[in-house]
Formats: sequence, C-alpha cells, structure tokens
Amino acid sequence: MDLDPILLARIQFAANISFHILFPTITIALGWVLLFFKLRFNATGDAAWMDAYKFWVKVFALSFALGVVSGVVMSFQFGTNWPGFMERVGNVAGPLLAYEVITAFFLEASFLAIMLFGFGRVSNRIHTLATVLVAGGTTLSAFWILVLNSWMHTPAGHEIRDGIVHAVDWWAIVFNPSMPYRLAHMLLASGLTVAFLVAGLSAWRWLRGDRAPGVLKALRTGVVMGAVLIPCQILAGDLHGLNTLQHQPAKVAAMEGIWETEQGAALRLFAIPDEANRTNRMEIAIPGVASFILTHDWQGEVRGLNEFIGEHPPVAPVFYAFRVMVGIGMLMLVVSWWGAWVLWRRGVTPWLARALVGMTFSGWVATLAGWYVTEIGRQPWLVTGILRTGEAAGPVAATTIMGSLLMYLLIYVVLLAAYIGTLMHLARRPTAPEPEELGPRDPMRPSMAPAE
Amino acid sequence: METLPDGAWLPITFAVLMAFSMLLYAILDGYDLGVGVLLRATGEEAQRDRMIASIGPFWDANETWLVLGVGLLLVAFPIAHGVILTALYVPVALMLAGLILRGVAFEFRAKAPEPQKPKWDVAFQMGSILAAFSQGWMLGSYILGFDPSWGAFAFSLLVGVFTVAGYTLVGACWLVWRAEGELQLRAARWARQALYVTWAGVLVVSAATPLAAPRIFERWFSLPEALMLAPIPLATGALFLVLHIFLRRFPRVDHSLDWVPFAATAAIFVLCFQGLAYSFWPYVVPEQITIFEAASAPESLLIILFGAAAVLPMIFLYTFFVWRVFGGKARDLKYY
Ligand code: HDD
Ligand code: HEM
Ligand code: HEM
Repeated sequence: MDLDPILLARIQFAANISFHILFPTITIALGWVLLFFKLRFNATGDAAWMDAYKFWVKVFALSFALGVVSGVVMSFQFGTNWPGFMERVGNVAGPLLAYEVITAFFLEASFLAIMLFGFGRVSNRIHTLATVLVAGGTTLSAFWILVLNSWMHTPAGHEIRDGIVHAVDWWAIVFNPSMPYRLAHMLLASGLTVAFLVAGLSAWRWLRGDRAPGVLKALRTGVVMGAVLIPCQILAGDLHGLNTLQHQPAKVAAMEGIWETEQGAALRLFAIPDEANRTNRMEIAIPGVASFILTHDWQGEVRGLNEFIGEHPPVAPVFYAFRVMVGIGMLMLVVSWWGAWVLWRRGVTPWLARALVGMTFSGWVATLAGWYVTEIGRQPWLVTGILRTGEAAGPVAATTIMGSLLMYLLIYVVLLAAYIGTLMHLARRPTAPEPEELGPRDPMRPSMAPAE
Repeated sequence: METLPDGAWLPITFAVLMAFSMLLYAILDGYDLGVGVLLRATGEEAQRDRMIASIGPFWDANETWLVLGVGLLLVAFPIAHGVILTALYVPVALMLAGLILRGVAFEFRAKAPEPQKPKWDVAFQMGSILAAFSQGWMLGSYILGFDPSWGAFAFSLLVGVFTVAGYTLVGACWLVWRAEGELQLRAARWARQALYVTWAGVLVVSAATPLAAPRIFERWFSLPEALMLAPIPLATGALFLVLHIFLRRFPRVDHSLDWVPFAATAAIFVLCFQGLAYSFWPYVVPEQITIFEAASAPESLLIILFGAAAVLPMIFLYTFFVWRVFGGKARDLKYY
C-alpha cells in the first residue's frame, strides 16, 4: 500500500493539536473562573464559594497536566513533521514561540505549584496572586500562539530575501490583520467551553441529589457566564468572517459553499458540496442572506470558488465544520438564555438540569469545528501566499510516521476516556461537609491550612 | 586558534543558552524521572505518596526547560533543528509518549477511583523509564553523528540504559535530601546501586566520544590541551568517590548535609556536559553543520535575546521563590 507521508504528517499534526487544544480551552478560562470563586470567598466568607473552588481546582489541575504534556508534543512537531516551516519562516515564528515559552510557560508552571499546593505555606494574598498569575499566564500563552497562527493566515510586516522570510516590522507582525479577531474569538470560545462545562457538570451533580450550595453557585455562574458571552461570540464571529472575506476570500467561499461568483448570494442552511462536479446537492438556502451577512448589502457580490480553482481548500470539511460551529453557537444562545430565565424565575428544574448536562462538552465540539474551518480553510497554504504545506514536509518515511501516529492515537483515546471518567468520578462524590465550619469573614483562619 | 566569523557572538550566546537549558533540564527533570523510575521499588503506598509529593510542585517547571531548550534550537538554529529532529524521529516519539504517561499519571493517581491507582503507578514508572531511555538513545545517536549502522544503534541503546541509571542516581539523591526515616535509607541504598552503573556509563561514553571523530580525538589528546583538560575527568572521578563514601554514612543524626549527594551528582552532570560541549564545539549537528551556518537572521535573534535578558532573571526569581516555599523535607501535598 502506498502511504503519502505528507498526508500522514498532516493527520498526525491535526490529531496532536486537536487533542492539545481541548485542554488549553478549558484552562484559559477556568483560571479566571477560579479567581472569581476565590474573590467571592474572600469578600463574603461564604464557605460555598470555597467548595466550588476546591472542586474546580481539581478539574483545573487535571486539565492543566493534559495540556502541558500534549503541548510538549506540539513543540517537537515542528521539527519532526514540518522542518521546512522553520527553515522558511523561522525568523518570524521563532521569536513568537520563544516569547510564549519565556513569558508564559515558566510563569504558569511555577505559580501553579503555589496555586495548587501552597495554601498552608503562603499567605492568602500571595495565594490569590498566584491564581491571578496562572490565569494570566494561560491567557498570555494563548495570545502568543494566536499571534503566530494569525500571522500564518494573514502575514504582514515581513519581507522575503532569497526565499527566506525576514522580519521587518514586529508591530505589524504581532498586530497582523486577523489577530484581534482570532484572539477575541478564541478567548470567548474558551469562556463558553468552561461556562457549559461548569454548568453541565454541576447540573449532573444536582440531578444526582447533591444540593450543596457550592454546586448551585457553580451552576449559576456557568449559566450566567454562557448567557453573557454567547452574544459577544456571535458578534466576534461575524466580524471575524468579514475580516476573512477581505484576506482569504477562498476560505469564505468554501464556508458558504458558493461556487459561482454571485450578487445577492443565498445563505446555504444545508447542502452536500460536490467538489467533482463543482456544485451543491440537496441545497436548502435563503436568498440574499449570505450577501447581507458578508457585505451588509442584500445585493452585494460574493466571489465563488470557481475563481480560485487549484487554490482553494477542500470544500466539504470547511462547509460542514462551519455549520457545526454556528449551530452549536445558536444552541448555546437558546439554552443559556432560557436557563438564565428559568433560574431567575424558579431556580433549578430537572429539565433545565438535563439540558445543561447535554451541553456539557458542546464547547469542545464547537471549538474543534472552528479550528477545522480556520486551518483546513487555509489549505493549500501553510503560510498564506508564502509557503505551501507540501513544501514544509520532512524526509521521514511514511511507515515511521504511521507507527508514531498510531501510538499517539492510542494514547489519546485512553487519556480522553480516563479524563472524562475522572471528571465524572470527582463529580459523583458528594460535596464533603467541612470537618469544622469556617467562620464568616475570617478567611485566614489556620483551619484553612491543609491537614498535614 | 580558529578564527570566528563576524557577528559570531550571537550564535555563541544562543548556543550557550541552549546548552544551559538542556543541562538544567537534565539535572532537574532528571531527578523527577529518576524518582519515577524508583517509584515502584517500594511497595508501601505511604512511601510512594511521599516520593510523588517530593516532586509534585516542581516537575512542571522542570519540564519547561526542555521546552525552552528545544525552542531555542528551533528558533536559533532552524536548519539544524529540522536535521536533528527528523534523524531522531523514533526516539523523540517514544520520549514524548513517556513524558505524556508520566505527566498525566501524576494527576490521575491522585484523582481517579482508588482501585485504579496501582495502574497509574505503573504508567508513571514506565513513562519515566521510557522518557529517560529515549533521551539517552538520542544522546548516543547524536554523539556518533546519527550514524545509521547497527553498531551505532546498539551503542545508542546502551547509552539509553546508562541514562536511566544516571537519572535514577540523581532521583535517589533527591530523595536522600527530601525524605526522612525509612524512605531516606532506602533512597541511599538505591543511590549506591545506580552510582556504579552510572560510573560505567560515564567511562563508556568518554571512551566512545573521541573515537567518533578524529577531530574530537585530536582535541582531547594533543598537548598542551590534554594537560589543561585533565581536571575534568579527575574532578568527575573524585565526585564519584565522594558519593561512594558519603552514601554509606546514612542514617545520619544531623540532617544538615543531606543535600550533599544531590549536589555532587549535579556537579557530575555539569562536568560530563562540559566535556561533551568541548568535544562538539562549534558543531550543532556533529561534523556537519556549525552553529554559525545554522543560525537564524541576527534581527530575529536580537529580539529574542532582548526578551530573554528581561525575563530570565524574573524566571530565576520566582523559581527561587517556589523552591523556598516548598523547601525542606517533603510533606503531604494536599489541594486546599
Ligand atoms: C502555530 C501554528 C498553529 C496553531 C496555533 C494551530 N495550527 Fe493547525 N496547523 C498548523 C499550525 C497551527 C500548520 C503547521 O500550519 C498545519 C500543519 C499542516 C498544515 O496544513 O497546517 C496545521 C494544520 C491543521 C489541520 C489539518 C489541515 C489540513 O491538513 O487539511 C488541522 C485539522 C488543524 N491544524 C487543527 C488545528 C487546531 C485544532 C488548532 C487549535 C489549537 C490549530 N490547528 C492551531
Ligand atoms: C502549534 C501550536 C501550539 C504549540 C507548539 C503549543 C505548545 C505548547 C506547549 C509546549 C505547552 C506546554 C507548556 C508547559 O510546559 O507548561 C503548551 C501549553 C499551553 N498551550 Fe499550547 N501550543 C500550541 C497551540 C496552542 C493554542 C492554539 C493555544 C490557545 C489558544 C494554546 C494554549 C496553551 C495554553 C494556555 C497552555 C498552558 C497549559 C495548559 O493550559 O494546559 N496552545 N502549548
Ligand atoms: C454563532 C456564531 C459564530 C460565528 C458567526 C463564528 C464565526 C467564525 C468564523 C468566520 C471563523 C473562521 C475565521 C477564519 O479562520 O478566518 C471561526 C473560527 C472559530 N470559531 Fe467561531 N463562530 C461562531 C461561534 C463559535 C462558537 C460558539 C465557538 C466555540 C465555543 C467558536 C469557536 C471558534 C474557534 C475556536 C475558531 C478558530 C479560531 C479562530 O480562527 O478564531 N465559534 N468562527
């Protein structure tokens, strides 16, 4: 059998980063949620906030460990799978990756220890500060990696000498045209993923009969957070799409499934893109709406895929993934707003709890779908207009890549099952009653220290 | 003396930084991995928990030195990075698998349902052994300039075994420093066993390196260099003797010197590393690409250096702070 090493290297990269991104998506926003719980506790002395903190800090630690180990794999992937990448664009990519390591990774890794284990050993204030630094570190790391990723989509601030990219203007590189949109959209995606995870797992505990106040507080935090963030996300997504139309029109044409350049393009709600015949089958569409969304003019012109023959991404995966992401976004809107209303009027109800449980991992699905749109939509380019994916591949034999790919996949499947299993195991344990109740407004009481 | 190309200070600075973070990684994650190798040498759960607790607050930051080292290779010497990592594809993949197992087992063993705990202990130990072994394999392969012959392959595997022993040594010495009572006694015994294998390993690698290339042989065995270099092997031998004697002296009533074996082992690592660095200078891919040929554009290196100069002192500062907070004998770790 003939295996294509480039294809395998791509599958391997996609598998590794898809696994990786599941965990940063959680840790980026969960760090801030933990800070919120902690500050509420500091302000009110209400032990329920501490219960919520104690439960979610465990989830945080577990997610963080998975994020770190899969991230270490990522940092080797450039060399093992895409040696051509650093050779050609290393002058831009290198400093950005280096800044991520020195400003973010060490910060998170060091203060994580204090955040997780340091309570009895440092003052409450230093402990809160450690929580801030860890949350800030994860966000900073997202910033740097998204700068790099955005630069790969919309390169700026560089010049090419002898085929090698040289950095000219760092300001333009960092604030490249798609960076603000991608950063905002990703941070919101992280917030939504955590909102629904927190709400869903708490709802599950509630359904199993754990009515501790800490569980309710977490549930309410999740729902409110979701309800606030989702409109922002829809707005950010819309702006992001407009930006993409400007810089990567072929990607947008694939997302919308538009083959011929048209005025008053229809919004395809559903279709089966048929790349061989360059048309859609079983199309359900609303006339004019795509043009309106993308150009804010019912008769606006949207360029079709046929203008980019040989230069556009595979259509079907981009088209479907986009619908999955937007579909989940709409579902999130409905569930969180309805949920907020029910909570306000009546408190938790079994139906609300069931709906939230159903949405527990919806953020993961939407985030992955979003990344597939973005990344597959960039093909055949690795760096738009500068470097094609095939050019960056290394000399490693297909069978070797196949072997390592199978090994990674096996590990990832086992770890994902263990992760979800452990989350459920943690959630199944009822909130432990405190051995001694904490006095209100006395967060520094020595009884807070870990039992030695 | 070789004359250096213009603007050589930048690649040299980066080579030094990279070597420094690799060395720091080998010592720091070395002890984590070594403790992992030893984890199941004791059947007592309380001792295992204590062993894990002794590395819990540190391992993540320790592993970050590897990310930095590889990152610097990637950003400062992009051409070499591609050559080295594709040549080492298989051991790199195995090392990553090992690091994954080790890293997640930390969390899972504490949080998964009780009956699963022994399984995660196995994952922890196997992951640590695999990671240590693959790193030695890479070192062996690097020393022989990625020679694809079977003999070279066998040598690489041998270096893999020695590396496991070396990490076990530094891990056991860490436990001697951080543990008390029964566990400390056991650790001293483990350290002695690992010591002799490590000793053999250092001898074998030192003998093989000069034979790998005539240039390296020349470098070590011509006068007057040979005389000036003599302190390196002599000091290494002396440190091995110190360990050999000191490790027999446990239990000690006075705990103020418990750190000595760890420090001595770390010093051995430094000396061996220095010897290797001297052998390979100025090559980053042995006998093929020098650091000057592989370096990125100066503008890009400068901007990294600028950041590193600003941030590295801070990294040291808070690393120091964390070491102080979690200093002394290991205690139970508990999320508050
Ligand atoms: C720093 C760069 C970077 C970042 C932050 C991401 N990617 Fe990416 N991605 C690449 C750099 C890259 C790449 C190196 O450019 C790849 C490898 C091969 C390719 O075609 O592009 C790629 C390909 C690639 C593919 C395969 C596309 C194809 O070959 O058709 C998928 C599915 C993803 N990525 C998914 C993701 C996900 C889920 C990410 C979320 C974190 C992500 N990418 C972030
Ligand atoms: C090609 C892309 C990527 C590479 C090479 C990469 C590399 C890494 C590495 C090496 C780590 C571990 C650091 C440590 O030891 O603490 C890590 C963790 C992390 N990464 Fe990535 N990463 C990539 C993509 C992303 C993206 C797209 C995001 C966010 C949007 C992200 C966010 C994070 C965060 C927040 C962490 C901290 C650890 C955690 O939360 O689990 N990474 N990454
Ligand atoms: C409902 C309305 C939404 C719209 C209109 C929208 C729009 C978009 C667009 C146009 C892109 C591609 C940008 C590009 O590569 O050029 C994108 C990417 C992405 N989306 Fe969405 N999105 C929506 C909802 C969501 C939700 C609910 C999530 C996750 C919880 C999400 C997560 C992502 C992620 C992670 C990416 C890839 C990163 C990026 O390029 O920003 N999106 N989105």
